Amino acid sequence: MKHSTPTALRRYSGAVSASLCAAVLALGLGGAAQAQGTLRIAMTAGDVPLPNGQTDQGAEGMRFMGYQVFEALIAYDLSSADKPVTLIPGLATEWAVNPDDPTKWTFKLREGVKFHDGSDFDAEAVVWNFAKILRPEAAQFDEKQAAQGKGRVPTVVDFRAVDPLTVEITTSMPDALLPFNVAWIVMSSPAAFATAGSWDAFLAAPSGTGPFKVQSYTPRERAILVRNDAYWNPVRMPKLDAVELIPVPDASARVAALRAGQVDWAEAPPPDAMDSLTGAGFEIVSNVYPHVWPWHFSMLEGSPWADIRVRKAANLAIDRAGMKQLLGGMMVEAEGMVPPTSDWFGTPEFKVTYDPAAAAALMAEAGYSKENPVTVKAIISTSGSGQMQPLLMNELIQQNLAEIGIKVEFDVRDWNALLANWRAGAADPTTDGATSTNSSYFSQDPFTALIRHVDSRLIAPKGTNWGQYMSPEVDAIIDRIRSSFDPAAQLTAIQELHEHYVDNALFLFVAHDVAPRALAPSVKGFVPPQNWFIDLTTVSIE
Amino acid sequence: MIAYLLKRLAAAVPVALAVSLICFLLVQLAPGDPLSVVLPSDATQEQIDATKARYGLDRPLVVQYALWLGNVLQGDLGTSIATGRPVGAEIANALGYSLSLAALAAGMAVVLGVGLGMVAGYSAGGWLDKLASAIAISGVSVPHYWLGIVLVVVFSAELNWLPAMGAASGDPGLTDRLRHMILPAIALAAMPMGIITRSVRALVAETLGREFVSALVARGLGQGAVFVHVAKNVAPTALAVLGVQIGYLMAGSILVETVFAWPGTGSLLNQAILQRDLPLLQGTILVLAMIFVGLNLIVDIVQPLFDPRISRT
Repeated sequence: MKHSTPTALRRYSGAVSASLCAAVLALGLGGAAQAQGTLRIAMTAGDVPLPNGQTDQGAEGMRFMGYQVFEALIAYDLSSADKPVTLIPGLATEWAVNPDDPTKWTFKLREGVKFHDGSDFDAEAVVWNFAKILRPEAAQFDEKQAAQGKGRVPTVVDFRAVDPLTVEITTSMPDALLPFNVAWIVMSSPAAFATAGSWDAFLAAPSGTGPFKVQSYTPRERAILVRNDAYWNPVRMPKLDAVELIPVPDASARVAALRAGQVDWAEAPPPDAMDSLTGAGFEIVSNVYPHVWPWHFSMLEGSPWADIRVRKAANLAIDRAGMKQLLGGMMVEAEGMVPPTSDWFGTPEFKVTYDPAAAAALMAEAGYSKENPVTVKAIISTSGSGQMQPLLMNELIQQNLAEIGIKVEFDVRDWNALLANWRAGAADPTTDGATSTNSSYFSQDPFTALIRHVDSRLIAPKGTNWGQYMSPEVDAIIDRIRSSFDPAAQLTAIQELHEHYVDNALFLFVAHDVAPRALAPSVKGFVPPQNWFIDLTTVSIE
Repeated sequence: MIAYLLKRLAAAVPVALAVSLICFLLVQLAPGDPLSVVLPSDATQEQIDATKARYGLDRPLVVQYALWLGNVLQGDLGTSIATGRPVGAEIANALGYSLSLAALAAGMAVVLGVGLGMVAGYSAGGWLDKLASAIAISGVSVPHYWLGIVLVVVFSAELNWLPAMGAASGDPGLTDRLRHMILPAIALAAMPMGIITRSVRALVAETLGREFVSALVARGLGQGAVFVHVAKNVAPTALAVLGVQIGYLMAGSILVETVFAWPGTGSLLNQAILQRDLPLLQGTILVLAMIFVGLNLIVDIVQPLFDPRISRT
């Protein structure tokens, strides 16, 4: 039996599609006009970093919220793309260690600085902020901020206001790295907290001393920062009227938003989108920064990596230039733990380069060849913060190492699972026979860059010396770094430690990330520093 | 009717309990450490142990489950480890976004699905049927996240008509919100639209072939009156399909919400999974599962209104 479509129905479906089309057109045409001078940033984070001070969302949180709205006593000089970033005065104008008692430091504070709420920044505010993360009994103690900040100042035991513009900080032992640590701790306004009554309420009216202040904060949706017209530093007065921070964790969604004109700035565009973005007139900005993508070797008995010849051979077997090509140019070939341009690089004797013949010779010396390979099990992750393109990169490494007689078996883990094992250490049962792990490292300061991985007193799980590397020589260098209050002497000791890393091929040095970000043609004046953090005050929108 | 209602309600209780147990266990089985998001990457074991104790993660699983269930029964879903915000408030906020998106998608899916299904059913075998079926099969077969990406490429990146992501562009207002909803809603609606079309088409075609329709036509009833009878006969089964599909819209939006950075329960779930935020993960899964159970309950209750035979069985 056949039926004809009732006319009413036909008319109805026609009406539906017509009204849908009309709705799309009515809502779609025109697009949103943007106010001049508003920079809209698509971040990789899944949530807006908390505007509480010692924010969350990792380094990205500090990059866009932490150091834009709040400030530390010591700042980073982010003004140049060409030289390594150094520490400069921030809310403190000068600092010095007490020559008679090297556990006591004096910080002279900047005069006339005001929080966004108009209250004064002074020594009491500094003491209040250290108590915020270090004194659980203090009314302003915040577990969330403590979780982010406490570990950054492990040696700070006491702090007091000497006078309204002088603070004294006491450390548990002489710690010449304190300035690096203090640069992490940002200042929230005690007066704004008093008005708010709680940290949750503080989020509705955040207050710091930075060049931008928070106009609105909607969790998981966006934060709008506006220029702080009363900023103390006229040199760094923002050119922008406002900055919108939008969390877009999906890389393709960030690129789509940029192409649709919904944002002006997309963090970490995927490598396969680079060409089409540049073709469409967007600018890809990148620079080397303190990040390293290595294989962290286990030095435990039985690990093939305990043999320096195998370690050196592996370092000579990696075709880093080929890898760079594979990543669309978005990496710097590693020659050590820190980029070759870093002040800390030193002058190691062992040159990390691509020399398969020399690598094969070293392997032969160690008793292995392509036909008679040594088998290693390597923990790697499928993705993760700072992990770049782990599968692609590791597959290339696997092929390169096979050529010189190292047969690699992968133990692929979820990023969180990899981190959990990294904390537990190579000797933990969860390592499951693996002899290396592939966690990328943040190397912003000497401790995170170099000390924590090789200090025999920080063997995991006590610290994060995953591979259980032990060397009295290294421990002695570390002690010198910690006790050298003369910056030149300290730098020499840091360089010496890095030379030890390279000359002993302690890691498989593979790549440094270059923090690519895609900018709309309207974004002007951005300087990509060699750092995890950036200065948004120089940026403008045309 | 009341006995039927009570029976359905009672049946939902063990389902809810089973769901809560399964989602608790599944979440615990996943590798990784929920504390990695609240602690700096170089946190020491001592710091980790202290934080674990603070969140009660050092207790035996049975105790953790019992405590969690007890709190849930009192309406307390706990606190997110990553953000420190109450899980209930997080979900309520995200649910608002997901519900509005699901409502629009459900509207699209129902209107198009029922419409196309009716058209196809009435013209079974004809070119209209083939066209409607082709649309339906495409809707079912195309992965919705892929469709989402294609929609973004065409309507956002190329034509610049609609926003590519997010729920608002900072200027509050219904128009702005709607503009952000259209593309994700279409991506989300495609699959249920296809399934509804196929189901309604089959039901209509089958009903039209039944003797009572011929009898109605033989008695001289007009097209409209016959249509009403057909619709009444199709409605109960169609409703059951709709209930399940709307449930999928609520729970199945995780990929679409991720593609469009829509701050609903899908994104919340995605974020909770990536961060191993156990309380948030458990709470979200539980609430979504309960919505699913609730929707089916509503369908079970509404069905007898159309077909009294159901409440008698």
